[in-house]
Amino acid sequence: MEEYSIQVSNLTKRFGGFTAVDGVSFNVRAGEIFGFLGANGAGKTTTIKMLCGLLASTSGTATVGGFDINRQPDRVKRAIGYMSQRFSLYEDLSVAENLTFFGGVYGLSDAGLRERREWAVAMAGLQGRERSLARELAGGMRQRLALGCAVLHRPGIVFLDEPTGGVDPVSRRRFWDLIGDLSAGGTTVFVTTHYLDEAEYCHTIMLMHAGRIAAGGSPGSLKAEHIRNPILEVESPDAIAALDAIQDQSWAKETSIFGTNLHVSVDDAAEGERLVRRTLAEHGIPAARVGRVTPTLEDVFIQVIEGKSEAGSQTKVGA
Amino acid sequence: MHNPNHIVPIIRKEFRQIRRDPRTMGILLFVPVFMLMMFGYALNFDVRHTPVAVLDLDRTPASRELWQQFGRTEFFDLRYWLRDQREIDRLLGTERARLAVVIPPGYGADLAAGRSPAVQFIVDGANSNAATAVLGSLEAMMQQHSLRLTAERILRRGGSRVALPLDYRPRVWFNPELKSAKFLIPGLIGFILMVVAVISTTLSIVREKERGTMEQLAVSPVTPLELVAGKTAPYVLIALLSTTMILLLGAWLFEVRVAGSLLLLYGVTLVFILAALGMGIMISTLADTQQVAFMIAVIATMLPSYILSGFVFPIRNMPLPVQLITYLVPGRYYLVCIRAIILKGAGLEAFWPQVLALCAFAAMMLGAAAVRIRMKKL
Ligand SMILES: Nc1ncnc2c1ncn2[C@@H]1O[C@H](COP(=O)(O)OP(=O)(O)OP(=O)(O)O)[C@@H](O)[C@H]1O
Ligand SMILES: [Mg+2]
Repeated sequence: MEEYSIQVSNLTKRFGGFTAVDGVSFNVRAGEIFGFLGANGAGKTTTIKMLCGLLASTSGTATVGGFDINRQPDRVKRAIGYMSQRFSLYEDLSVAENLTFFGGVYGLSDAGLRERREWAVAMAGLQGRERSLARELAGGMRQRLALGCAVLHRPGIVFLDEPTGGVDPVSRRRFWDLIGDLSAGGTTVFVTTHYLDEAEYCHTIMLMHAGRIAAGGSPGSLKAEHIRNPILEVESPDAIAALDAIQDQSWAKETSIFGTNLHVSVDDAAEGERLVRRTLAEHGIPAARVGRVTPTLEDVFIQVIEGKSEAGSQTKVGA
Repeated sequence: MHNPNHIVPIIRKEFRQIRRDPRTMGILLFVPVFMLMMFGYALNFDVRHTPVAVLDLDRTPASRELWQQFGRTEFFDLRYWLRDQREIDRLLGTERARLAVVIPPGYGADLAAGRSPAVQFIVDGANSNAATAVLGSLEAMMQQHSLRLTAERILRRGGSRVALPLDYRPRVWFNPELKSAKFLIPGLIGFILMVVAVISTTLSIVREKERGTMEQLAVSPVTPLELVAGKTAPYVLIALLSTTMILLLGAWLFEVRVAGSLLLLYGVTLVFILAALGMGIMISTLADTQQVAFMIAVIATMLPSYILSGFVFPIRNMPLPVQLITYLVPGRYYLVCIRAIILKGAGLEAFWPQVLALCAFAAMMLGAAAVRIRMKKL
C-alpha cells in the first residue's frame, strides 16, 4: 500500500480575481483521519471539490488514490466517497431507496447491494426506519445515512465536508465514532469541521486561513509547537470587563474569550495567576476561579491566526 | 462507454420520485386532459348554426327567396328580421348575430329587369377563423343561388331545358363535416407534448441542481449523458401515454379517429418527443433554479407551439418574416405529419420532408444538449 492516499502540490483555485485556494500543498497518509480546519470562507470546500473532480483547479496538481485529478478524473471518482456540505440525498426517497439508488449507481451487484444496505442501516442506527423518507429523519440520522451512502461502495478514501454541521453533541460524538471505525478499517478519512473539539479526534490536522495552509501536524505536535507558554483560564461573571482589564497588561501575552471564560497566555503559571488576581481586584472585578489549563486546539488556532494577522498588519505599516 | 447498469437505477429512482410527487403526477396526467377539454370546446371553430340577421328593405317574393336560403342549411340559423340598419351594429356588436344580410330596395325589380342587384353581407370578423369559414359557406351558397336565378331567367326567355354550367356541390375533403375539433386534436397532441415534455424534463434536472443531489451524482461514476438518458427515459414513456390518452379522449368526446397507421403515428411522435427532450435538457443547462427553468420552458414552448406551429393560425396567412421563424418550431413539422396521419390516413410518402426535418431537429437539439452537458458537467 502507498504511504500517501492524497498528495497535493501547489493547488490553486481562482474565481475571477479572487484566490480561494492559494497554492496549498500537503499529503494525507493512507488510513488516517485527516482534519481540515478553517473559518468560514477559508477555502476548505473549494479544496475538497477540486480533489473530488467537481471543480477544475486553476493550477497545481494532486493525486487521489494514486490517480491524477486533472488527467484521470474518472479513476478518481471510483476510488472515493463524498459527502457534501449540504445534505444531498433524495428527501422524497426512503432510507432503503436512497441506499439502493447509490448502490446501483456505483454498480454493486444485487447480493453485494443487499449486504451493504444492511450494513449501512445498522451503522447509521436506522433499523426499523428503512421505509421512512429521508426528509422525516432527524439531523443526526440524516448525516449517518449520508455517510452510509458515501461509503456503500467501500471507497479507499472518503471526503466528508462538515459532516456534523448543525447536529446535536450526542450525534456528533456518535458520528466521530463511525469515522474512527472507518479509519480503523483502513479507509482514509478527509474531514472538514468548524468544531475545534472534534479536531482532537484527528490524526493529522491542517489549518487553513484565507486560502493558505497556516499550520499542520498532529494535535499534540501542534500544541507543542505553537503553545510554549502556560495558559490560565479565568472564570468571571463579567468576562468582558476582565478581558478589557487584562489584555492591556504587558505580562499577558495573549488574551481571548473562550466560551464564557477568558484564556490568558503568560510566562509562568504561578506568577501569572498572582498577576491576574491582583489586576482583577484592582478593577473591582470578581473572579470565581483562576487556574492553569491544558491548551486546546482552539488556543493553537487563535495563536496561529492572530500571529498571521499581526504579520499582515506589520507589512501594512512597513509599506 | 454507456453502462446500462448505471442508467437503470436512475430510471427506477425517477419513476419512484414521480409516483411520490402528486404535483408532478397531476401535471403529467391532468394537464393534457384539461387542455384537451379547454381547447376542444373553447376553440371550437365550428361554423354551423351561425346566427343570421336579415334586413329586407325590398320585401318582394324574390328577396324573401334569397333570405330563406339561410333557413335551409345547418350552417346558418335565421334569428332576426330587422327594420333598421342601426340594429345591425347592435346585434353584431353583442355577438348575438355573426352575419347580417342587407337586401336593398329594388332588389326584386332589378332581378326581373335582368340587372345584377347588389346584396350586402356583413360578417363579424372578431374571430378570423370563424369569419373565414362563414365567408366560405356564404360564398358557396350564394353562388348556387345565383346560378339557379340565371337558369330561371334563361327558362323564362323561352329556353326549353337548361343545364347549369357548373354543378356546384361543395365537398370539403378530409374533414367533411367541417368540424374543427378534427383539425384541433392533432394540433393539440403536438402542443401538449411539447409543453409537458419540455417542462417536466427541465424541472426534473434542475431540481437535482437546486437540491444539491446533482453534486452527489457528479462524484459518482455516472457520466452526465447516462444521467440525462436515465432521467428523461421515464418522461418519454409518460409523453407516449399522454398521446394515447389524448387520442382516446379525442375519439370519445370529439369523434376524431385515427385514419392512418398507428405505428407511423407513434414513430413520428417519438421523434418529436426526443426533439422536445433535447430542448428541455438545453434549458436545464441554462437555469439553476426550478423557477427560472420553468419560466424559460414556458416561454420557449407555449407561445411558439400555440402561435407559430400552425396549430391555431394557418402559417400561410402569416407575414413572410414570421413564416420564416416558424421553420424553427418543431411543432410545425410534427403537425403536418400527424394531421396527415390522423385526418387523411396518409403514409410516409406524403410527409417525409417533415419527418426528415423533425429528425434533424431532434438530432441537433440532443447533440447540442450533450455538448453543453459535457462542457458544464450540468
Ligand atoms: N463559485 C464561486 N465563485 C466565486 N467565489 C466562490 C465560489 N465558491 C466559493 N467561493 C469563495 O471562495 C471562498 C472559499 O469558499 P469555500 O466554500 O471553499 O470556504 P469554506 O472553507 O468551505 O467555508 P465554510 O466553512 O463556510 O464552508 C469564499 O470566500 C467563497 O465566497
Ligand atoms: Mg465549506
